Amino acid sequence: MFSFIGRSIVQKIITLFFVSVVSFLIIHLAPGEPSQVDPMNPKFTPEMVERFQKEFHLDKPLYVQYLYFYRDLFTGKIVSWKDSQSVLTKIWERFLNSLPLFIVGTILTWTLSFPVGIRSAIFRGGIYDRSATFVSYLLISIPGFFFAYILIILVVTTLHVPVIGMETFGLGASSWGTTLMDRIWHLLIPSVLGATGGIAVLSRYVRSQMLEVEGQDYVRTAKAKGLPPEQVHYKHALRNALLPFVTMFGLILPGLIGGSVIIESIFSWPGMGRMAYEAILARDYPVILTVNFVAAVLVLVGTFISDLLYLVVDPRIRL
Amino acid sequence: MTDSKNLLSVQDLKVYFRAKDQVARAVDGVSFDIRPGETVCLVGESGCGKTVSALTILRLIPSPPGEIMGGRVLFNGVDLLDLDETDMQKIRGNHIAMVFQEPLTSLNPVFTIGDQIGEGITIHEQVEPEELRKRCVQLLRDVGIPSPEQRLKDYPHQLSGGQRQRVMIAMALACNPDLIIADEPTTALDVTVQAQILNLIKSIQQKASMSVLYITHDLGVVANIADRVNVMYAGVIVEMGDAYQIFQNPRHPYTKGLLAALPGRSRRGRRLHSIPGAVPNPAFKPPGCPFHPRCSFAIETCKTRFPEMCKHGDGHLSRCPVLKD
Repeated sequence: MFSFIGRSIVQKIITLFFVSVVSFLIIHLAPGEPSQVDPMNPKFTPEMVERFQKEFHLDKPLYVQYLYFYRDLFTGKIVSWKDSQSVLTKIWERFLNSLPLFIVGTILTWTLSFPVGIRSAIFRGGIYDRSATFVSYLLISIPGFFFAYILIILVVTTLHVPVIGMETFGLGASSWGTTLMDRIWHLLIPSVLGATGGIAVLSRYVRSQMLEVEGQDYVRTAKAKGLPPEQVHYKHALRNALLPFVTMFGLILPGLIGGSVIIESIFSWPGMGRMAYEAILARDYPVILTVNFVAAVLVLVGTFISDLLYLVVDPRIRL
Repeated sequence: MTDSKNLLSVQDLKVYFRAKDQVARAVDGVSFDIRPGETVCLVGESGCGKTVSALTILRLIPSPPGEIMGGRVLFNGVDLLDLDETDMQKIRGNHIAMVFQEPLTSLNPVFTIGDQIGEGITIHEQVEPEELRKRCVQLLRDVGIPSPEQRLKDYPHQLSGGQRQRVMIAMALACNPDLIIADEPTTALDVTVQAQILNLIKSIQQKASMSVLYITHDLGVVANIADRVNVMYAGVIVEMGDAYQIFQNPRHPYTKGLLAALPGRSRRGRRLHSIPGAVPNPAFKPPGCPFHPRCSFAIETCKTRFPEMCKHGDGHLSRCPVLKD
């Protein structure tokens, strides 16, 4: 078991190295150069371009740039090309902003999808199942940005609560309660929006997984023992239906970065996804690559966690 | 027919499966009785309705598509088909228990076998945890599993096929049921293990004087354990009688054909007999006697008239007007 964990960690470090090389190369393969961000800008003289290239080692060969970049990353000295601020500080600030959105969205998704999906599976073909199916497909098909605007219009016109950004501008020195409520209102719509798509998709998975398991022989055995339906469904069937979701649960971590670009842009939420998006537009390589690296780390940590969870939930995988 | 001596009496049971535009009459008027302490075999080819009949007794037929169209299942005089779901749960496992065909898939892979045996007991009886553990150990010992204390903590994948089937039998025995339905419990096992499991069932049945409904397609097994035999074909019972009558004096062409198809010492080296044709699709059964297209004795009336049961002796009945005597 410990050798399994050790092996898994070594494998993941090797994977991380290749990810770092490939992402570095892909960024540099993209057309355009950071020094030419705005060639039409009259203030951008050839001397400035040259100085810029020197300062950020852009005149060196790629492998040297690679080494410089990852040396700076691991020593924490890496700075953004746009505003010369420390990238790690920037990411940390944005991460703290994204975190509540991510946590509330994830909790909503995982706590609602399971009851909805399980009930659909147990009463398959009934009215509940058919309406849940209809609503899920409706939510899956509606484009996120469109649905976002509908929600914004609804909330702002009926409840008269401002929902753009993380807090109401100029609220500054209000009472503690007002600030809290203001934060919650701002958090609510984007996280509900982020969760709806997730709930629609995940509840479908849960339903099909439950249906698959309900048809298994051991579920029939459980019924033949005289167990009440709750025990048959929620003990014998659900426990087996949960296994594949362990993998999915590990993979929600990277959603912290990529999952919310659109929502963060619509709601002007200063989160990680939006920062990455803006960095790409500005060809701010250090920020792009660092975000990329963090995303890769999150993916690998996520898969590592799901490997460990499998050890706990599936007795057949004790090594 | 409502004989009070019977533990279980299945009367004119009909179970149909509905697909989009056709109805498969899987069980089409099956009647048989089981008396206390006896072993009754239900014999027939795959797809003839044996398993469906057995599952219907415990009302485990998935519905839809399955539908019980008629008949009665009297257990100690109570019609199980009339009970509501909660009362039925008190029967399952407690009074009638079932051993399934595939021990590989019939045990839940994520729970220990101690857990799976114990939960059947806790659902039907009030027992202390320590008492429960002792009973589980004793059950495993009864079915011949070595070092039962350790095995309780094992998961199904850690046991061999034969041991898993022993665990299934222990689960069925957990609440001392009056009737055990064994649905081809030895089919998935190799021959030596088959014999062990068969002997186990026999010895348990004698010790606890339970009734056993044994479902199989293997006439060798039938000869080994049956007190009485019901031969099923295409959803109906075509012949019933005690084991001696069926094997020595078969009165239905289908039973005759099955027995003739058995390999035997006297036929060494010669081709085995086989019944021509195949079992009819339950959705498109031939009119009249369902066996007539494959029957060498068939006469004109067989094609139109569904045969009634004819009596041949004490408890020996067959559905063939031609071989009446």
